[in-house]
Amino acid sequence: MGRLFSFEGVAVTLQGVASLEGVDLELPEGGCTVLVGPSGAGKSTLLRLCNRLEAPTAGVLRFRGEDVAALDPLRHRRRVGMVFQRPVAFGGTVLDNLRVARPALTVDAAAETLDQVGLPPLFLEREQATLSGGEGQRACLARTLLTEPEVLLLDEPTSSLDADAATGLERLAKDLAGRGTSLLWVTHDAAQAERLADRLVVVDGGRVEAQWT
Amino acid sequence: MDVTGGPVRLLAATADTGRVGPLGMAASLILVAVVVVVSRWRHLDLGRQVVVACALAFVQLLLVGVGLGLVVGDGRPLWPSWIWVAAMLLYAAWITARRAPEVSGLFGLALMALGAALAVSLAVVFGLGVFRLTSRTLVPTAGLIVGNALTSTVVVARRAVEDLRDKRPEVEARLALGLPAEQAARPHLRSALRTALSPQIERTRAVGLVALPGAMTGLLLAGVDPLVAVAVQVVVMYLVLGSAAVVGAVLALGLVPRLFTADHRLRQLPRPAESA
Repeated sequence: MGRLFSFEGVAVTLQGVASLEGVDLELPEGGCTVLVGPSGAGKSTLLRLCNRLEAPTAGVLRFRGEDVAALDPLRHRRRVGMVFQRPVAFGGTVLDNLRVARPALTVDAAAETLDQVGLPPLFLEREQATLSGGEGQRACLARTLLTEPEVLLLDEPTSSLDADAATGLERLAKDLAGRGTSLLWVTHDAAQAERLADRLVVVDGGRVEAQWT
Repeated sequence: MDVTGGPVRLLAATADTGRVGPLGMAASLILVAVVVVVSRWRHLDLGRQVVVACALAFVQLLLVGVGLGLVVGDGRPLWPSWIWVAAMLLYAAWITARRAPEVSGLFGLALMALGAALAVSLAVVFGLGVFRLTSRTLVPTAGLIVGNALTSTVVVARRAVEDLRDKRPEVEARLALGLPAEQAARPHLRSALRTALSPQIERTRAVGLVALPGAMTGLLLAGVDPLVAVAVQVVVMYLVLGSAAVVGAVLALGLVPRLFTADHRLRQLPRPAESA
């Protein structure tokens, strides 16, 4: 199994505060890797580095062997999609939101994408901001899937959802992993980590404390 | 200044001649006095602020009047007026930069945007002969343009920074989809521009219906034919609106490389109190 991301002595300092310190970590391709740890441990920073929303202040991060800093950031972000902690609505309908990711998207293709995340086509005309937490997060996942990512980063995506919606999203993620998308899932919920993880990485105090397969 | 005669005669003389006596000036404070009294009576805590604002405005305008007296006048050379205009531009750029300290290099950007808009406006006003280029016309015309454009630069810079900071998740969600910084920032810059220009656009729409604008009022008080005053006002109004819009747009576009990194990441934008 090839290397997906390689962290080589990666450190990140944000506004004078060390968020990550000298992280050395290899994340292999495929399956679901769960980054687990308490709030403020540096898990989200690790994930944001992978999507290049942050850049290392020291060390090197490689994606499939290539230095991420040397890659085209816009193309890289479409290959490595991200779903955030809370659903982010851009304004307008769900269809408008989907077209932010792919402007030429047809209504039929949009309906197919919604179907992938378990939402009916009727949702295309709904205002994205009026969706419930679970619906909104599924619509955000659909938006991200439109960039056809090879890797999906999920930053505590169920933290604002009720139990049913969270279970639904977990099932969806596992389906995507089964179809070949590599997943990196951040959570502070140990039970969720156990349910999802093919590999588990424990992060605390800006360092990788342990990892299991 | 005519300070003889009764108050009514003094006020009447003011309207005829455009001169204001001490009594006329004191009379103009009647409504301010009402505000102070009402503020005390209803505990609105406004009186002190209004009085301080009036006093500051008086002192500032007095100093400007004395300064203008040295620069402006029939037969005076133009270069002191140009220096005055340059100082006005520098001060406006400095004010803009001070209002959005999170943005590095904003002084230069604001100076360029304001300077370009002023150059075009002055070229139209004096090049087409709307006014004759003299020391008496240069400073007030430039002041009108720069003053209105300054409002635009300050509001655009302030609103854009606050909106991008407060809506960071939305900006980063767009960036995470592979959108370039310009596209990720566009809705927020558009909103800042709308906020900056809406009052100016509304004023332009309502001009003449609600209030007579400043340049026209001045010309009418000076005895100029109303239609001539209207023609001048139209030119000035279009230039003021146009320069405010152009300056705002240039500033908004120039903010993107200053608020985002070269690899399309939104910079940290600590609140001024935090960064101090």
